[in-house]
Amino acid sequence: MIKDEIISKLPYSKPFLFVDEIVRIDENGVEGTFFFDENLDFYKGHFKENPVTPGVILTETMAQIGLVCLGIFLLDDQFNSETVIGLTSTEMEFLKPVSPNEKVTVISEKVYFRFGKLKCKVAMKNERGEEVCSGTIAGMIV
Amino acid sequence: MNREEAISKLKDIVKPYVKDQEAFEKLNESTDFINDLKINSANLVDIVLDVEEAFGIEIDNVSMEKMTSVDAALEIIDTKLAEK
Repeated sequence: MIKDEIISKLPYSKPFLFVDEIVRIDENGVEGTFFFDENLDFYKGHFKENPVTPGVILTETMAQIGLVCLGIFLLDDQFNSETVIGLTSTEMEFLKPVSPNEKVTVISEKVYFRFGKLKCKVAMKNERGEEVCSGTIAGMIV
Repeated sequence: MNREEAISKLKDIVKPYVKDQEAFEKLNESTDFINDLKINSANLVDIVLDVEEAFGIEIDNVSMEKMTSVDAALEIIDTKLAEK
């Protein structure tokens, strides 16, 4: 119930919503999934004739699941439609490509949540359980 | 801890976040973290957390908002150390 409520509070919509399901969430971290449908618009151009999920989209997916979902959970009643959030830093490594029609799982672990800033260690795995990218992401209420 | 020691500790803490190296070389008590050192305001949180660890103190929201310059930081560190 809480998980669906968090997704409904996300400030994104299609075609820029990259969260399908929250598998687990507590004050220390979150795990969630997203399925990269082959019809997503960016596959038409990245790359020509050879669709691969762009690194910026993988980063965005990790931020939406790993940072924003967790942030909404942590802020609880303090988060509403007027709350303005912003990404403040990302440090990412990309290990394997993600193809159209792949489902990924994002696992995020809180480093700290202080003074309105949330910093997390985040990793993304494909359906074979292989790590496709990992890094550190931070954002804050602005 | 004397003031020089505190400034030197603080210098080590802010160093990774500094964008203006020239201003950093000339760092003194009146140096402003954002206007002089060009530190990203989001990184002030990281600096405050590093200060807490290095000096063994806890910084509250009100103090955090004031901690935008070297002398403000030194004053807050002094106050918090005295409260311990």
